[in-house]
Amino acid sequence: MDFRDTPDEAAFRAEVRAWLAEHLIGEFAALGGRGGPADEHGFDLRVEWEKLLGTDRWLGLSWPEEYGGRDASFAEQIIFSEEYAKADAPARVSFFGEGLFAPTLLAYGTDEQKRRFLPKIQSVEELWCQGYSEPNAGSDLANVATKAVLDGDQWVVNGQKVWTTLAHRAQWCFCVTRTDPASHGHHGLSYLLIPMDQPGVEVRPLKQMTGTAEFNEVFFSDARTDKANVLGEVSDGWKVAMATLGFERGTAFLSQQLGFQRELQDLIEVAQKRGATAHPVIRQELADSYIGVQIMKYSGMRMLTGLVKKGVLGPESSIGKLYWSNWHRTLGERAMHVLGADASIIADPIADPIADPIAEVTDGAESNYVLGELHRIFMFSRSETIYAGSSEIQRNIIGERVLGLPREPR
Amino acid sequence: MNFAFSEEQDQLREAVGKFMESKSPSAEVRRLMETTVGFDPAIWKQMAQELGLQSLHLPEAHGGQGFTFVELGIVLEEMGKVLLCSPYFATVCLAANAIMNAGTDAQQGELLPGIASGDTIAALAFTEPNGKWDASGITMEAKGKGDAWTLEGTKMFVLDGHTANTIVVVAREAGSSGDDGIGFFVVDGEAKGLNRTALATMDQTRKQARLDFSGVAAKPLGDVGKGWAALSKTLDQAAVCIANEMVGGAQKVLDMAVEYAKVRVQFGRPIGSFQAIKHKCADMLLEVESGKSAAYYAAWAAAEDNEELPVVASLAKAYCSDAYFHAAAENIQIHGGIGFTWEHDAHLYFKRAKSSEILLGDATYHRELLAQRIGI
Ligand SMILES: Cc1cc2nc3c(=O)[nH]c(=O)nc-3n(C[C@H](O)[C@H](O)[C@H](O)COP(=O)(O)OP(=O)(O)OC[C@H]3O[C@@H](n4cnc5c(N)ncnc54)[C@H](O)[C@@H]3O)c2cc1C
Repeated sequence: MDFRDTPDEAAFRAEVRAWLAEHLIGEFAALGGRGGPADEHGFDLRVEWEKLLGTDRWLGLSWPEEYGGRDASFAEQIIFSEEYAKADAPARVSFFGEGLFAPTLLAYGTDEQKRRFLPKIQSVEELWCQGYSEPNAGSDLANVATKAVLDGDQWVVNGQKVWTTLAHRAQWCFCVTRTDPASHGHHGLSYLLIPMDQPGVEVRPLKQMTGTAEFNEVFFSDARTDKANVLGEVSDGWKVAMATLGFERGTAFLSQQLGFQRELQDLIEVAQKRGATAHPVIRQELADSYIGVQIMKYSGMRMLTGLVKKGVLGPESSIGKLYWSNWHRTLGERAMHVLGADASIIADPIADPIADPIAEVTDGAESNYVLGELHRIFMFSRSETIYAGSSEIQRNIIGERVLGLPREPR
Repeated sequence: MNFAFSEEQDQLREAVGKFMESKSPSAEVRRLMETTVGFDPAIWKQMAQELGLQSLHLPEAHGGQGFTFVELGIVLEEMGKVLLCSPYFATVCLAANAIMNAGTDAQQGELLPGIASGDTIAALAFTEPNGKWDASGITMEAKGKGDAWTLEGTKMFVLDGHTANTIVVVAREAGSSGDDGIGFFVVDGEAKGLNRTALATMDQTRKQARLDFSGVAAKPLGDVGKGWAALSKTLDQAAVCIANEMVGGAQKVLDMAVEYAKVRVQFGRPIGSFQAIKHKCADMLLEVESGKSAAYYAAWAAAEDNEELPVVASLAKAYCSDAYFHAAAENIQIHGGIGFTWEHDAHLYFKRAKSSEILLGDATYHRELLAQRIGI
């Protein structure tokens, strides 16, 4: 047990810092830590920034060197994410490609598939989205009805996905489809890779409670993709889909969690400047959030150390997902406590903690509902206990697969 | 970065775990908790002589083995699982640490070997009837100079104070206040003018005493008047220790609850198949695992004796206090009526959870302390 950097880790940390200091300047630095969930702020600029990351292989850090990565250890990935958060670098646009699809591709893809898709993720020429949920397949993902049938050298896809984040930005979709028409449940599903830019794919934005529209409905009407664009075996895609969920619940949000420390720090500063820290209840709440975010970090390190030993992340990753989503939701609620009456106005108190809150409304403006950072956390965090497996589903998984409690009668 | 126990540490856990399971089954806990002394001297001796538990983290120069708080944490976690009835916490986690933090090398050489060998049972008497856990709670005044001091006043909530042969007392110089003027003193358990009363504790598995001092002769430990830093550090280390003990108990009640939820059948199905119960267990696991992350990390910080210690000590104490109590309470609920009986062990853990939460300051106290320590 030793939480200090080894000499190699220290050198790696210095390299990350130096790189960020050299590149995170000008308009990129001006983005601050902005962007990300419910904030499409500076999307195109963030794409440009991410291309820099890709060029120097910070995007794809963990991939094997033969696929353009740095083969970074978990410790190095944590170090990178820590320094990235500390530097207040922009939120990432390649989350679905780098965080979810790439590790699945590395585990289940053919060499050819890896060479086809990984470089374009790294060069940020191709963004990805996740086509899992459907109107009748949410928590019960195995209920997927979108169909794909082979027509010569191509799959023809028909059906509808929903809540598809960034589908309007993505070039590709990794998609759970039913390829065995006689099947039901988790049998007969395939993990298809579908290009988004084609006549058979229609993307309709859905506006969220945050006022932004990042998720979409996606309609497939005779959409096509090459026969080779299946990850894993045809009609045996459930385990591939689950592997992606494993990454989503396990390692993918690690960097986001390191960003949480910054959010709390910002909130503490707002509270101090506004004099809210004189209130004993607010003090208790801020201290409790601090405890929670530190434990998130310790548990993350414990999980990764275990991962190094065992090689795979089991259902234990649900514990982390349940933990961080709850912590963040509570932080959002506490931010509103800190703001007191000013919480009723959506202005951004981080920029100016003690000014009168001004968020002026003008008729005919493009949007009169632009959330300040604390309100964004307060609202967006409501989705975090729903996506990537709701908290109820995580508790079922923990109960049944970690603790071995009996399943519900079905 | 490496958050894993070494092979040797895993072996230590296994050996201590086995010992605890065989020496401290429920029947033994129940027998000892009904006694005033509250522990079995034969087991105490075995712990010292066969397993070397009392000497674990003491310096080699004074009869110890020179291990760290990480190993000590492992031992405490295993003790917490079985509710070991023992003056171990008082002797090793409070008194010995106080002696190491406050005492000169010569004083340590005098006092620690007896603890290491198991001959000495020691206690740290610092809390008073005011029930405060900080410097402001220490009102007992010490009078004297050089090597000759006398103590006058009352100490309360002193763990194993009625059985200890050596009592480390915290008092202050007359007229001082706050962090100033604090001093440590050593008093023999049988000293003249010392009146010891065993208290009826809510948690019968950990004994407490009230100590009344009237003109008791005492030897100083370290510099009288400059003791606050040593006391503060001792309390932080003790908070780390109790956090590790608490996660052991919390794991145990989780195991009990899950086990019962698998076998108890109502409405034709195991109660663990109901989400209301299953989700409680899942939440308990989340809290127990989080508590372990906090307690282990804190043990490492204590082992390193680094500048993070004060913050992580309060962090771990606050989180583990809440997690253990919550788990112990849910365990009763999941057991239904049988969980409310004296016969069932659930209440023993519930009471230990509560007494551990109170000891050294509860979660609310430590969150406030933490807020101050991180500059809020
Ligand atoms: C912001 C956001 C972004 C998203 N992005 C994507 C994306 O990019 N791609 C994608 O495919 N999907 C995405 N989703 C969809 C997300 O995965 C689903 O919302 C989620 O799986 C829940 O499904 P549902 O909405 O149909 O709710 P339901 O499954 O209908 O759940 C409704 C409620 O019932 C509870 N419930 C359901 N089943 C059980 C059970 N067995 N036991 C106990 N309680 C149960 C749930 O916990 C929930 O509280 C996104 C969602 C959000 C909010």
